[in-house]
Amino acid sequence: MTAIDNTDQRPETIWSEHVSFMDRIPRTIAMAGLLVGFVALWQLIYTIGVVSPIILPGPWETGADIVFVGKNLLSGGYMLTALWITIKEVIFGFAIAITIGFLLGVLVGETTFGERAVLPYLVAIDTMPKVAFAPLFLAWLGFGIASKVALAAFIATFPIVVGTAAGLYVADENARMLFKTMGASRFQTLFKMKLPLGLPQIFTGLKIAAVGVMAGAITGEFLGGGKGFGELIRVASSQLNTPRVFSLIIFLSLLGLTLFWSVVWLEKKLVFWHKSSVSGGIGT
Amino acid sequence: MNAPQRSAFDGAGLAGRPVYELRGVAKSYARRSIHALDRVDLTLTEGSFSSVIGPSGCGKSTLLKIMAGVLPPTEGSVYLEGTPVTGTRRDIGMMFQQATLFPWRTTLENIVLPIEIRDGKKAARAMHDEARALLDLVGLKGFDAVRPNELSGGMAQRAAICRMLITKPAVLLLDEPFSALDELSRDFMNMELQRICMERNATAFLVTHSIPEAVILSDTVYVMSPRPGSFVEAIKIDLPRPRTLDMMTDPKFGEYVRRIRARLDKGAFL
Repeated sequence: MTAIDNTDQRPETIWSEHVSFMDRIPRTIAMAGLLVGFVALWQLIYTIGVVSPIILPGPWETGADIVFVGKNLLSGGYMLTALWITIKEVIFGFAIAITIGFLLGVLVGETTFGERAVLPYLVAIDTMPKVAFAPLFLAWLGFGIASKVALAAFIATFPIVVGTAAGLYVADENARMLFKTMGASRFQTLFKMKLPLGLPQIFTGLKIAAVGVMAGAITGEFLGGGKGFGELIRVASSQLNTPRVFSLIIFLSLLGLTLFWSVVWLEKKLVFWHKSSVSGGIGT
Repeated sequence: MNAPQRSAFDGAGLAGRPVYELRGVAKSYARRSIHALDRVDLTLTEGSFSSVIGPSGCGKSTLLKIMAGVLPPTEGSVYLEGTPVTGTRRDIGMMFQQATLFPWRTTLENIVLPIEIRDGKKAARAMHDEARALLDLVGLKGFDAVRPNELSGGMAQRAAICRMLITKPAVLLLDEPFSALDELSRDFMNMELQRICMERNATAFLVTHSIPEAVILSDTVYVMSPRPGSFVEAIKIDLPRPRTLDMMTDPKFGEYVRRIRARLDKGAFL
């Protein structure tokens, strides 16, 4: 008898790969399940009554208010006017941040002067809590939309500077040497090689900025003279209308998500060749 | 083969038209007072294949940068086709360890990139047929619309060969072109490189760390000493063309390898 005498039979499987429960359920189901669980827990806390309804309203109450706010927005009520103001602040702030951030990023990433002289100042300003500048913007630019745009842009500029500068450092020695041997000008090297290679980093900066620009606009409104969604939240909060605060935040987060996903969409279009171009996106 | 019969002495300049000439080229970096390269004389004749081999830091890449017109020499002169090299030129083709194909361009668009940089997009488009012919030459027929990230390492380097050849360079400077490939692909690509060079009667100069690679490809192997770098010996490889991988087991081949290794060992830098 040889050691292997039952080769015609399949051996008994004693150890096989175990697929975990979470790997087997689809993403949407997992997300929905978590939401249901969260709302159930919320309802439980509300029913037990350990927390005052003024501090934490129940899910039904909040849901009803979300419907109310949604109706007001759809019918073109005063909330839509407020939302439109916030949208304008965010869009202007983002546009300014992209322009200044990109130019400063190129200055820092591409020139020795930028790296040696400009970068230390940018780092110094970036480490400051930028919201603390809000009263200054208010004093300089008044209570109108300009001070909110300025704060939003101010917060969103730095991630774009960092992303752009980091993106310009991505090009390796090979690519630089190749462009040198091809006799490429500095302009050509920048636009045909360094910037495209750095797009993933630039978009990382843009995504962080898209989040920051929202925070800047709302903070600006909180601090005075705002007529946008932030002001609605402030008023609702001062009236202890907590369900309204929750539903306004939810609609505000929809605006933030729209902005974020617009950036992700653009990234997918432009950086289709990069593996991580799906980062931050849902699905693939 | 319709390639011209080449004697082993081509690389030494005894026969064939000189294409590329270095006379007393030296390089020192004043700021760091480093003497990188010490009086290098070199003549590449038309259709010859030469290699330089030496330890790391012997100034090979400095030499190559000077030859490519990227770095000016401190002393000496560099001539290509009778005119001095004072900067990068379209008749110098170069290839690197990494293929460096840009992923947002198709293979074809990558190949015509040197034309696009020098003459603009319109001229680059006019070269598409030429580029397809080159893809055919390197065995990548039909890959023109494929993105580089779908190419294997060897295929990417084939595309890089096309990009190097698109400007019809008079000399090919090869900076360890296949050293990032696995050994099987590397041997195969070296034979492909020989075929392409012979078909186009190209003048080539290879920088390598591999003694067998230098021997199997070259008419002349230059052995370089460490800093300050200079050629300590030029070894003519008298093996018939086209070379085959079988020749690597030839005792004559082994003799060349031994001789170069001994020469490198003498400097005690291995």
